[in-house]
Amino acid sequence: MARNPVTWLGSPTFPNAARTALADTQLRQNLRKATGTIRARRASAVAEMPDWEALRLSGEAIKNDVLSRLEVLLPQLEEAVTARGGTVHWARDAEEANAIVLRLCRENDATEVVKVKSMATAEIGLNEALEEGGVHAIETDLAELIVQLGDDRPSHILVPAIHRNRSEIREIFQRRMGISVSDEPADLAEAARLYLRQKFLTTKVAVSGANFAVADTGSIVVLESEGNGRMCLTLPDTLITVMGIEKLVPTWQDLEVFLQLLPRSSTAERMNPYTSVWTGVTPGDGPQQFHLILLDNGRTASLKDTVGRQALRCIRCSACLNVCPVYERTGGQSYGSVYPGPIGAILTPQLVGDMHDKQAASLPYASSLCGACFEVCPVRIDIPSVLTHLRAEAVTAKGRSPESVAMAAAAWMFRDAKRYERAQKLGALARLLARNGKITSLPWPGSKWTSSRDVPAPPAESFREWWRKNRG
Amino acid sequence: MKVALFATCLTDTFYPSTAKAVVRLLERLGCEVSFPLEQTCCGQMHFNTGYRSHSVPLARQYTEVFESFDHVVAPSGSCAGMVREVYPTLGVSPVPTHELSEFLVDVLGVTDVGAWFPHRVTYHPTCHSLRMLGVGDKPLKLLSAVRALDLVELPAAETCCGFGGTFAIKNAETSTAMLADKMRCVLDTGAEVLSAGDNSCLMHIGGGLSRLKAGVRTVHLAEILASTEEDPWRATP
Repeated sequence: MARNPVTWLGSPTFPNAARTALADTQLRQNLRKATGTIRARRASAVAEMPDWEALRLSGEAIKNDVLSRLEVLLPQLEEAVTARGGTVHWARDAEEANAIVLRLCRENDATEVVKVKSMATAEIGLNEALEEGGVHAIETDLAELIVQLGDDRPSHILVPAIHRNRSEIREIFQRRMGISVSDEPADLAEAARLYLRQKFLTTKVAVSGANFAVADTGSIVVLESEGNGRMCLTLPDTLITVMGIEKLVPTWQDLEVFLQLLPRSSTAERMNPYTSVWTGVTPGDGPQQFHLILLDNGRTASLKDTVGRQALRCIRCSACLNVCPVYERTGGQSYGSVYPGPIGAILTPQLVGDMHDKQAASLPYASSLCGACFEVCPVRIDIPSVLTHLRAEAVTAKGRSPESVAMAAAAWMFRDAKRYERAQKLGALARLLARNGKITSLPWPGSKWTSSRDVPAPPAESFREWWRKNRG
Repeated sequence: MKVALFATCLTDTFYPSTAKAVVRLLERLGCEVSFPLEQTCCGQMHFNTGYRSHSVPLARQYTEVFESFDHVVAPSGSCAGMVREVYPTLGVSPVPTHELSEFLVDVLGVTDVGAWFPHRVTYHPTCHSLRMLGVGDKPLKLLSAVRALDLVELPAAETCCGFGGTFAIKNAETSTAMLADKMRCVLDTGAEVLSAGDNSCLMHIGGGLSRLKAGVRTVHLAEILASTEEDPWRATP
């Protein structure tokens, strides 16, 4: 089977990638500012809602229902889309999905396509696959365009260029568009608008993802903030939508819950600015050819995992990224995947589906298990629990290692109070290494701790010894 | 009321003064405190690092040691969280285990424990106390009632300090970056003492403050609450 492009080939493991990112002071400053702002805005947007917890429970319940009935809902969607003049394709993996899009482009003699921001197409590496096939994909989401023009990689699910500040964006635009522009946000947006408008009017094929698909009517829903997505969804003759199979909701009534949860969680908006919905093809209005590609790419395998599959409830809001203290400091590219942050740490390894992959196996450890992600997740994904679950899988895949031997020895020691106490007394000798009650340097792996933190000298008398002498 | 103390392996070994403070405090409040010597570790380190199979016998052992008690008190939100929230997922039924502030406020129904602590103090609400157990503002209510204590609010208090168990080793650089921000917030308060309900987090933040000779010390909540005018807290060497 081909390698899943959800992770970038050659990415270092998380700790190694993070080391580089942590030293990038510009990145640190950009992220500190951006995540701090969006965190505060989300918190106030959510605080306005008296029924927020009830909405979260509904979102969780609807998605759990969908995940348990995909075999019914997906054929229902296919039937509804087909009945309304659309064509449904099924793709097992990235390679199949990319081949379908490329074939459809060729059938329409397209050498260029405009794209609506989409995580599914980023996950399958569609742009690169199309480029190899002689078709150039143009990203029309402003942040996605910044990443594309900068020959960069995304670092956030919602704002893929969050790691860039406006002066860096100005530099990219000047270099790639051959223009002179200020670093005022309005001027930068205007430059992008002029660059893209021509593309919207001349390009015949558009590619999008989908935020939701309503199974009983076959309606596809895309939420965006700029209106560029709507240009792509309405102006070209042919529209190709790539959608993960978990993006379904059973009915319009279910959609209502997510149209409340998603905007407040992601952009801190009360209502989403541009919500586009289409059902098959409408003669004389909008694209006259509509293709829906239903993508698996590791999702069915993840569904088998009773703990891990809750990651498939994700609606890609990014709230977990914005509150994550690890993400705020390392940025998204350290995760080596289009899905960064806490959700990436649990989704990416599952989509890769191979814990022998060292990079993927390092991701569940990219968390202090502080639980801030679970607290904000609009569909209540218990990310810390999935992280420890996947860590157990990583440990099993790794087999015998210095760490596993040490852990086994520690567990053996803890299983008996007498052994524990002997070890405690032996360990207390470490106080001989101490000066002024502190140990400042330990051999590896303790050196990882003492590189930045002192260790208190273990006291000569443990609590249990004191208890035995005084109370026993 | 009869209570058992689960000291936790870290406090038993490195911070006996905290466990002694819990005993002193609970006895002052009329409890009869037991310390079953068969106790060791709750198994959290193993579980959180991915060694689930090693954590199961430790969870069973914990239950065997404490099952005859109506209440177990631990000076740690993290270890109490392991027992209450994780043990059921391991198929081990948890013995009713309380983090110290929960026990004082919810079970004993006290917020003024008669303590005296003449220092400027700021408080870090540890992640597992806050998000796993939901202790809320119970520790702050207890601290507010301590006489002579000058309580100052910690900015960005709810942000993780970067400890995270083996995270501090496996991702030492990221952990340190988180620690730097936590230390900045602590120093911004002008407090002399940083307190928390978990010695693990305090070992992390305190280890950083000590390395930088920052002039702020860490003191577990139990030691502040145990301190009285007649028998005041003294720094252990």
